Amino acid sequence: MSVAGINVLVDETRAQAAEAKAPLLSVRGVSAYYGSIRALKGVDIDVNEGEIVALIGANGAGKSTLMMTIFGQPQAREGTITFAGQDITKLPTHEIARLNLAQSPEGRRIFSRMTVRENLQMGAAVNGGKHFAEDLERMCTLFPRLKERIDQRGGTMSGGEQQMLAIARALMSRPRLLMLDEPSLGLAPLVVKQIFSTVRELNRTEGLTVFIVEQNAYHALKLAHRGYVMVTGTVTMSGTGQALLDDPQVKAAYLEGGQH
Amino acid sequence: MAQGTTIGRVAPTVARRSGAALPEMIKDAALFALVTLGLAIPVVAYRTDLGQGTGLELTGRWGLVAGLCAAVFVLRLAQRLVLGEVSRRRDIRTLAEAESTAPARVARPGRIIGPLTLVVALTLPLLAALGSGGLSEGRYWIDLGILILTYVMLGWGLNIVVGLAGLLDLGYVAFYAVGAYSYALLSTVFGLSFWVCLPLAGLFAAGFGVLLGFPVLRLRGDYLAIVTLAFGEIIRLVLINWVDFSGGSAGLSSIPRASFFGIPFTAGEGGFANVFGLAFNPMHRVVFLYYLILVLALVTNLVTLRMRRLPLGRAWEALREDEIACRSLGIDTTITKLSAFALGAMFAGFAGSFFAVRQGFVSPESFNFLESAIILAIVVLGGMGSQLGVAVAAIAMVGAPELLRNLGFLKAVFGEGFDPNEYRLLLFGLAMVAMMVWRPRGLISERTPSVRLGARAR
Repeated sequence: MSVAGINVLVDETRAQAAEAKAPLLSVRGVSAYYGSIRALKGVDIDVNEGEIVALIGANGAGKSTLMMTIFGQPQAREGTITFAGQDITKLPTHEIARLNLAQSPEGRRIFSRMTVRENLQMGAAVNGGKHFAEDLERMCTLFPRLKERIDQRGGTMSGGEQQMLAIARALMSRPRLLMLDEPSLGLAPLVVKQIFSTVRELNRTEGLTVFIVEQNAYHALKLAHRGYVMVTGTVTMSGTGQALLDDPQVKAAYLEGGQH
Repeated sequence: MAQGTTIGRVAPTVARRSGAALPEMIKDAALFALVTLGLAIPVVAYRTDLGQGTGLELTGRWGLVAGLCAAVFVLRLAQRLVLGEVSRRRDIRTLAEAESTAPARVARPGRIIGPLTLVVALTLPLLAALGSGGLSEGRYWIDLGILILTYVMLGWGLNIVVGLAGLLDLGYVAFYAVGAYSYALLSTVFGLSFWVCLPLAGLFAAGFGVLLGFPVLRLRGDYLAIVTLAFGEIIRLVLINWVDFSGGSAGLSSIPRASFFGIPFTAGEGGFANVFGLAFNPMHRVVFLYYLILVLALVTNLVTLRMRRLPLGRAWEALREDEIACRSLGIDTTITKLSAFALGAMFAGFAGSFFAVRQGFVSPESFNFLESAIILAIVVLGGMGSQLGVAVAAIAMVGAPELLRNLGFLKAVFGEGFDPNEYRLLLFGLAMVAMMVWRPRGLISERTPSVRLGARAR
C-alpha cells in the first residue's frame, strides 16, 4: 500500500519535473485561416512557467489572431497547441478556459451593464466561485480603483478602469497563464504604466506566467523576459526583451521616434 | 463649492439655448403647419359627394384646412415651449445630481409600485366584486385581470430569452401554441387531468425550445430574429394543415374545463359549491382561474429572480453583454443559450395550457405573429430584463385597449359614428413612437444588480 503510494508520488514528481522543463504553453507550426485568407503561417512560440513573454508586431500582423487561435476561435487548421502537457488545439474555447488559461481579450470586452462585482463573479465562474470572497479582496488590493467602483456598472467606468477590470476578471480564475491582448490600447501613458507595473508585480511575487500581445513595443519589451516579433503571420525574431529592444531592426520598425 | 460653481457656469448656457430659440421655434412650428397643409390638400381639402348624375362633386373645405394648420402650429409651438422648459430644468437637475451623487445611486421604482401591484393583483376578485356590487357583475374585471396576467406571464417568460439572455425571439407564440395544444390533445385524447397536463405541456414546450435552440446557436440579432419568426410560422402552419392531428383551422373544441384539484365546478352533487357548502355560482370557476394564472405568473417571476442570482442566470446576462468574453471565461454558451430557450419556452407552455383550459377551445388563429409581437413589445416597453417593467407594460398594452371601449364621451366630440375601438392599432403605434422618443430604453430601464454592497458575497 505505502510502497504503491510512494510510487505514485514519485511518478507525480517526475511528471511535474517533466512538465516544468517543457514549456507551459507551446505553439508549434500553427496556421489559422479567416475563410481562405491565411492569417497565421506556421507560428512557433513557447511560454515557460513563471515567464513574461511579449509578442509585438504591427497592425494586422496576426498577433491577436494568434491569441484567439490559442483560445480556439478560430481553431488552428495546422500545427498543435499544447498547454500544461495537454493538446488544446481542437478544444472549444470554454473548455480551454477551464484549464486555468485566462484571457483579457482585445477591446476589454467587459460586461458593461453588469457591475464590477458581477463582472468579477463571472471571472470566478470557472472554479465555481470557490475562493470568491478571498479573490475579490485580492483584486481590490491590486486595483484599488476597482474597490471604489465595486457596485458601479462596468460600462460607466473610464477606459483604464475597464482594462483593470478585464485583467482582474481574468485573474479571478486563478490562472496558470494570463494572456493579455493589447492592454495598453487607447489608455493614457500613466495608466499603461500602472497596469504594466501591476503585471510585473504579480509575476515577481506570485510567479504568474504572462503572455502579452502589444503594439506598444517599448513598454511590452521592457516588461517581458522574452519577446517575439511577428510580421504578416510569421514570427521573424525572438530573444530576450532587452536584446529585442536593442536590436536595430526592431528599433527601426517598432520603436521609431524614441520611447513611447 | 465646486458643485455650485459648475452649475453656475453651465446654467446660463442652458438658459440661453432655450431662450434665444423663440424665432427658431416659430419657424419650426410654421414648417409643421406647412407639412399639415401639404397633407391636408389631398386628404381634407375636398369632400367628394355623389352628384345629381353619376359623377362625384367636390366640395371645398378650405376653412377646415386652415383650422387644422393653425391648430398644428399652435400645438407645436406650445410643445416646444413646454418641452424646452422641462429639458432645461432636467439638464440643471441632472448636472446637480451628477455632481453630488456620483457613486452608483440605484433608483428602485419597484419599492412601492411592485408590492402595490401585487396587493391589487391578490385582491382583484374582491375589489371587483365590491366595486361592481357582486361577483357576477365584476366578471368583466376578473376576466380582464386573467387576460392581463396571461400576458404578464408570457412577458416574464420571454423576458428570460430576450431580456436576460439577449436572444431576440420573434416566434415565442409557437411555444404558447405547443402548450395549448399539448393540453388540448392530452386531455381530449387520453383524458388526462389539467394537473398532469400542465407539467407535460411545459416539458413539451421546453423540448421545442431546445429544438429551436439548436439550429440557431450560432446566430445573433437580426438573423436569429428571422429564424425564430419562421419557426413561429411553421408551428402555426403545421397546426392549420395537419388536420388529423390538430383539427386544422377549425381547432380543437370541448376541451375539459378546469377542476378544483379534481372537484368540478358544477352545480350538482359533488360539485365545488356543494362540497364546500356554498351556493352555486359560475363565478367560482372564473375566480379559480384568476388565482391559477396569478400563481403561475408569480412562479415564473420567482424562478426568474432566483435564476438571476445563480451562475446560470448570471451567465445569461453575461451572454447578452458579450458572447466572446463569456466563452473566454469558460462559460459553455451552448448550454447557456439552450437553457434560456428551454426555460422561456416552458413558461410559455404553462401559459398555453392555461389558455386552453380557460377557453375550452384552441385554434391556430390565437397564435399568429401579432401575438408574438405584442409579447415582445411588452418585454421591450417594460425595459428588457426588468420584471416590474414587464408587468407594468403588460397592464398598459393589454389593459389600455380595454379602456377604449369605455370612452363613450368621444362620440359627443367626433360624432355618432365614432368608435374609439377602431383606432386601437393607431393609438398603439402612437404610444410606441412616444415611447421611443421619451423612454427609448423601456419603462424601467434601470437594471438591478444581482448582488450589491452589503449583500452576502456568493
